[in-house]
Amino acid sequence: MRDAVQDKLTDNEAPAFQPESSGREIAARRRRRWLSSIMTSLTAACAVFAIAVLLIILGYIAVRGFSSITLDFLIDTPKPVGEGGGIGNAILGSFLMTGLASLVGLPLGIAAGAYLAEYGSGWFGRTVSFVADTMTGIPSIIVGIFVFTMFVLPMGRQSGLAGSIALAIIMLPIVARTTEEMIRLVPHSMREGALALGAPNWRVTWDIVLPAARTGIATGAMLAIARVSGETAPLLFTALNSRFYNVYLDQPMASLTVQIFNYATGPFEVEWQMAWAATLILVTLILMINIFVRFLTKKRF
Amino acid sequence: MMEILNTSFGLLQASAVREGDAVEERDSGYVPESKISVRDLNFYYGKSQALYNISLEIPDREVMALIGPSGCGKSTFVRTLNRMNDTIPGARVEGSVMIENSDIYRSGTDVVTLRRKVGMVFQKSNPFPKSIFENVAYGIRINRMASSKTDLHERVEKALTRAALWNEVKDRLKSSAFGLSGGQQQRLCIARALAVEPEVVLMDEPASALDPLATQKIEELIVELKKNYTIVIVTHNMQQAARVSDRTSFFLLGKLIETNPTTKMFTNPDEKLTEDYITGRFG
Repeated sequence: MRDAVQDKLTDNEAPAFQPESSGREIAARRRRRWLSSIMTSLTAACAVFAIAVLLIILGYIAVRGFSSITLDFLIDTPKPVGEGGGIGNAILGSFLMTGLASLVGLPLGIAAGAYLAEYGSGWFGRTVSFVADTMTGIPSIIVGIFVFTMFVLPMGRQSGLAGSIALAIIMLPIVARTTEEMIRLVPHSMREGALALGAPNWRVTWDIVLPAARTGIATGAMLAIARVSGETAPLLFTALNSRFYNVYLDQPMASLTVQIFNYATGPFEVEWQMAWAATLILVTLILMINIFVRFLTKKRF
Repeated sequence: MMEILNTSFGLLQASAVREGDAVEERDSGYVPESKISVRDLNFYYGKSQALYNISLEIPDREVMALIGPSGCGKSTFVRTLNRMNDTIPGARVEGSVMIENSDIYRSGTDVVTLRRKVGMVFQKSNPFPKSIFENVAYGIRINRMASSKTDLHERVEKALTRAALWNEVKDRLKSSAFGLSGGQQQRLCIARALAVEPEVVLMDEPASALDPLATQKIEELIVELKKNYTIVIVTHNMQQAARVSDRTSFFLLGKLIETNPTTKMFTNPDEKLTEDYITGRFG
């Protein structure tokens, strides 16, 4: 494909570079070009397909959800069917729980990842890596049941705190593993440069390695936040739901995902409409988090 | 091998006995007092041995060049002098490296202080992902050397001036170090090393990735720096060794073949192997 384009790039009178060759070589060259263009088109088609699926989903959500979004819907609490109602408390609850989970999960995960990459070359580090990998694959509902047994039962009720804990547990291995991978990409020579100046190991990690891997780590953190913002199953057991605005973490707390689940499984058309609208809000919020973090970690050096 | 061992032991005694005559010795072209004395150094990467019984005296405020074909142990050797090899898993050292009467491989050695005193410039320039200013300031900060902000700025300026980079970067200290050219980046790394006021500067092929002009700048810099620092430079380029160094050591297959004043080394080496290498008969 590239060849064909470049043939036309010049108006030169000279003949094209085409070394004298036998019929067999010419045939081989044709075959190579033909194969190359087929493969390029194939990969391009796959890329278009992958993006198209995403765009169709987003577009469908936008079309279905947009008409129901009003200011009241954004700030109101759920009401009995027919009286309107909204998802204000659910947005707040999602923010609180995801925020608290990030506050705990991100630093712990990044620290664990830094340890694994910088100091964890022994059997202990390898074991932790393996456990983290396994944890990433555990279905989130199992985390929900775990937190339910360990925290909700002793406390006697579902709470925002329990929901945050469940989300933090889901975040931890994702953040730890991506941080580890990103830190391993930092060239060894950079560490040596700092060590040669008399920097102790922990300062090399803190001052040089972590900043160098910042963009990658932030991407991992973003992925983790986006992932838990979309979790429903662990919150059903732990945070349950609430029909009121609530900032007390020891009380049951509403979340966008559980609210979407409730609306979507309800019997009335009105509720389905609100589920679409809430979905659109959720997707938009996740998109905003993405853009925000991108902006924050824009490469400065 | 025995010959070299004998010579260096002889020198050692000489420097111990005749400390007061150091100046006289330098004038006569003989060996002045040593900054670094390496004795019977063996080095292993896991099971494979990389250095065999190296004994070498590195005089104060001179440039010592290490030459030899690739894989002969020059880099490994220079990295034993500030214990950079500690970071390599499975590395093991036998023998001693004395820097001013203390053995840096003695247990209880503070590696952090050692590396401050024995700075290093690497083959590939390795600036930090920070601004030009912060690159130089980093070592000063971690070693808490600056008494005030003004002092920090003065130290950074001094280091950059010494590395012959100040005029080129003074207007863009806040911009990224990655925006500098290859030669400038390497001089930045030299400035960074000088900023912590080391006594010895180790250079591992500092100009191998640079164009001739940048190389010339680095070489002029090395000659200038030896007034204040002891310099050990690994180089593949024999003309470079001849241009910048006072003494040259020839390494081959992990062994130190010969050490002599550079002029003698390149005109009338003691060893046949050295002569063969220098004249390009192998390696």
